[in-house]
Amino acid sequence: MKNSLSVLAKKYPILLILLTCIIYFGLSSPVFLTVQNLTNIILQVSIIGIMAVGMTLILINANIDLSVGSILALSAALAMGLQSFGLVFAIAACLGVGTLIGAINGFLVSKAKINSFIVTLGAMMGVRGLVYIYTEERPIVGTERALVDFGSSFIGPIPTIAIIYILIIVLGELVLRYTTHGRNAIAVGGNYDAAKNAGINVDRHVFINFAFIGFTAALAGLLLVSRTNSATAFLGTNYELMVISAVVLGGTKLTGGYGSMLNTFGGVLVIGMIQNGMNLLNVHAYYSMLIMGLILIMVVFIDTRFKSGPQDYC
Amino acid sequence: MLKKLNKERIKYMIMQQGLILAFIILIVFISFSTDRFFTTDNIILIFRQVAIIGIIAIGMTYVLISGNIDLSVGSLVSLTAVVVVDLHDKIGPGPAIIVGLLIGVAVGALNGVFVGFLKMNPLIVTLGGLTALQGLTLIYTGGTYSVVADPDSTWYAFLGRGFVFGIPVPVIIFLGLALLFGILLTRTVYGRYVFAIGGNWKSSRFTGIRDNLIVFSVFVLCSVMASTAGIVLGSRLMAAQNYVGMGYELRVIAAVVLGGTSLMGGAGSIPKTVIGALILGFIANGLIMLGYPYYVQWVVTWVIIIGAVWLDVLSKKKMMWSWP
Repeated sequence: MKNSLSVLAKKYPILLILLTCIIYFGLSSPVFLTVQNLTNIILQVSIIGIMAVGMTLILINANIDLSVGSILALSAALAMGLQSFGLVFAIAACLGVGTLIGAINGFLVSKAKINSFIVTLGAMMGVRGLVYIYTEERPIVGTERALVDFGSSFIGPIPTIAIIYILIIVLGELVLRYTTHGRNAIAVGGNYDAAKNAGINVDRHVFINFAFIGFTAALAGLLLVSRTNSATAFLGTNYELMVISAVVLGGTKLTGGYGSMLNTFGGVLVIGMIQNGMNLLNVHAYYSMLIMGLILIMVVFIDTRFKSGPQDYC
Repeated sequence: MLKKLNKERIKYMIMQQGLILAFIILIVFISFSTDRFFTTDNIILIFRQVAIIGIIAIGMTYVLISGNIDLSVGSLVSLTAVVVVDLHDKIGPGPAIIVGLLIGVAVGALNGVFVGFLKMNPLIVTLGGLTALQGLTLIYTGGTYSVVADPDSTWYAFLGRGFVFGIPVPVIIFLGLALLFGILLTRTVYGRYVFAIGGNWKSSRFTGIRDNLIVFSVFVLCSVMASTAGIVLGSRLMAAQNYVGMGYELRVIAAVVLGGTSLMGGAGSIPKTVIGALILGFIANGLIMLGYPYYVQWVVTWVIIIGAVWLDVLSKKKMMWSWP
């Protein structure tokens, strides 16, 4: 029994971290382990979590996407601002533009062979500029009740948004494990040239992954404003930080070639719990920011120290 | 022996000196678009704004050449500015500036240890640093801003607002540092080492270069430059908001990349970085002159960075195939 526990801990270190969080916050605050609060956590992490599914694929490819926060903001602004043309059009525009920007990033990385870091760094700034231009620095409030009703709806005891998130995780994990595209992701990230020589269409693969993360960012933005019914110019600022933290915390290597959606889910939960827990413990927002930054550094430290991810079960 | 001036040579020359050509075309274009552009006052304004970005860009050039990146400079500018401006009235301008520089040394040392010695990923480490430092800034000010009570009675104002022979002091500081570190980069063994570890890290280790010390030093340099910029910025504004440095890291990287420094490491130059910073400064100013709000610059900078890096990638591919 003890043997299998330590094997489990080694294989999925995120479980240990998750358990520690639950125990710590559960003991520190009487409210933490209530159904109400746990539902709250899942709801809050759904936004970051949906983007984390896309980011997992990107990181497995040994790429990175810093523009997700800005794409989220642009999509959200469009979803709010275009409602006068009909809700369906607004949603289509929201998801479409997000995917399009992702596709542009994907093109630049795969075909123009530009480093994904600089492509998405530029996009992070440029798309944010587009958001400011479109919103003219004023918040956009939505007019369609249907969207707001959807955002606050439940299926049984669980919020619909959380259900969507769970579905996307399951979908993502299935794709990663059982489809060609998913298996190729690990190959491309592990050894780009070998994957190319093995016949994998690496360019198309990378392109698809970037388009997909653009889509997830847009979806996250849509679901976010379905709850708040308001899109501001600075929405989603620093979200990329939390998404990357969650994915790396969950065990996906920054150098690529290894990762899993379930692990990412664990990372997302931990980040969500820490934010929620700090809130419950009345930690001031400024300290929260400092702590999130330090967590990211610590996460990278662990990532660098324990490089032996996939070797344990070849 | 004279080389033939055929199409190949011309294309090669354009690709090598494309930056300067683009700069000249840009100036000509903008000065025709609006007549408020080419006034002495405006040019001085541009140079003074460019100086802040430029000071940081000097340090960032070193970091990029060594094959690393530093995203925390923007938040460091904010932190230094609020601390120095705040301490100015409490312990005097001189000690406040020293504290500011020490903050730069400390942050740079931390980054240097993480990336240089512990071999952590510089992108994520400095990304975390960006957030952590911003949090520290907010904690220090408690959410309000720092301000100097009597801007006219202190010599600190000279740093950001003074003139020497008609040239703004920030520009003198910028060009002076550019000269100093440009020479350091190209004419000393240390500079050679920086290029070496950026160009081929493993080989440089095998030749005995102490890569961890070199990387440590470039991060310290970059952070000290950022702190210096924060000090000058604080002097010019005589006040500091919490987010005063936000976004600087992108503009600095844009300037350095535009100047031809490769993100892969191993190549770059301070003079070209200066030109890159100037180009971005002129574009930003030109856009404002043409009436566009400040955030339009971001979109334009995005396009420019992509264009510049794309050209860089293309030219490298061509170079590889043109070797005999």
